[in-house]
Amino acid sequence: MTDQAYNFAYLDEQTKRMIRRALLKALAVPGYQVPFASREMPMPYGWGTGGVQVTAACLTPEDRLKVIDQGADDTTNAVSIRKFFERTAEVETTEHTAEASVIQTRHRIPEQPLEEGQILVYQVPIPEPLRFLEPRETETRKMHALEEYGLMHVKLYEDIAHNGAISTAYAYPVKVEGRYVMDPSPIPKFDNPKLENAAIQLFGAGREQRIYALPPHTKVVSLDFEDHPFEASKADHACDLCGCGTSYLDEVITDDAGGRMFVCSDTDFCATRQAQGHRGALSPQEEYA
Amino acid sequence: MMQADVLNGDVLTGGFADAPVQAARAFRAALEVMARPGKIETVAGAEAPGISTAAAVLLLTLCDRETPIHLAPGCDSEALKRWIAFHIGAPVVAAEEAMFALGGWEALKPLDRYRIGTAEYPDRSVTLIVEVEALESAGMKLTGPGIETEAALSLPETDGFARNRLLFPLGWDCYFTARDRLAALPRTTKVEAL
Repeated sequence: MTDQAYNFAYLDEQTKRMIRRALLKALAVPGYQVPFASREMPMPYGWGTGGVQVTAACLTPEDRLKVIDQGADDTTNAVSIRKFFERTAEVETTEHTAEASVIQTRHRIPEQPLEEGQILVYQVPIPEPLRFLEPRETETRKMHALEEYGLMHVKLYEDIAHNGAISTAYAYPVKVEGRYVMDPSPIPKFDNPKLENAAIQLFGAGREQRIYALPPHTKVVSLDFEDHPFEASKADHACDLCGCGTSYLDEVITDDAGGRMFVCSDTDFCATRQAQGHRGALSPQEEYA
Repeated sequence: MMQADVLNGDVLTGGFADAPVQAARAFRAALEVMARPGKIETVAGAEAPGISTAAAVLLLTLCDRETPIHLAPGCDSEALKRWIAFHIGAPVVAAEEAMFALGGWEALKPLDRYRIGTAEYPDRSVTLIVEVEALESAGMKLTGPGIETEAALSLPETDGFARNRLLFPLGWDCYFTARDRLAALPRTTKVEAL
């Protein structure tokens, strides 16, 4: 079968209209989860079916698409989603954040600040921030309707009571425009301050059939307490490849004797810095001519 | 010529020539203006009898058999109803049942009869497509989500939008269409006279 046998961007037009209507209402009520009729995609749930459907509904032939998985452009999930849209939408792809007009992401916000004209599409596993506190959808809907978020603060308080600090490290709940409590998807809490940016941010949960959104410059506040303020934490190291002291780091085990290194989770950010001549503690020795 | 045929009452013309791609471009414009209230985009590709290009493009991009449309007086011609029946298939309904409503600002009133969603499902509300003479980035001052500091847009009034904003998270959302120009005002935007 030729690739032209697919409709542009894979989905049929009626499905795209349904997703597009949900996206517009999601932008009109920032942080609120709009139900949508999620379709089966040619990949299993948990591999970004929600994000893929949102990306498919947004793409135009003029777009340049970047896909990252935990910050990396070269992992299986990112490579296969990029190839999927190269085949079905014939869009250009890139690994450079600044060149991309649409970025689909699994669990990271790129280090380079996003700009007007860019769309960031998140893959979301569990869109409901209250789900692990209250399993019934009928109840969580009511809690959002009544703005009844005390349970979430109890959960964060119990973190402090047990561990001395809020130990939630990822999927850290936020309040949007002072109204809806929202799950920012399992991004590290280091990325939470970056949720306020100039791009359009769209969240798609395929299995859970929910879409939500943040318009540019929307006020997003990480929940905390006066005496335990929110802290965007990261590993206390510099990147061992590019030397950056402010980026989010992955810990990599290098041998079975306790050896380890820390590298930027954002591969494009790290490679760009290395190309500019930045070096870290474990960079290979320079070759001299 | 396409436009002339539409004006002559030929309802079979005026749709997208390449629907997947033209609808994708039109939606990006619709998404962009809804995300950034006050921003004006230009769209193309559709002509319907008696309404602007931008309104016709919006209807083709967002509406189908699942979206009841209300046509306000002035936009409820037989020709337009036939065009909608052929190209979109959406049922034409009373204001109270509509997911989309099309017309001039005064013709769309009274505004309190439209669906504004429910406390648990505030998304189940109408989207108004308001036909206006012209759209300029001047006039009323806009602040709110999607706007870094403030924006400006030529709007017919402030009171209706202020009352709608008080309903948040319920309320209706608006598109404004003038010829091929498109702007939007979600329920979150605060509208003030300059």
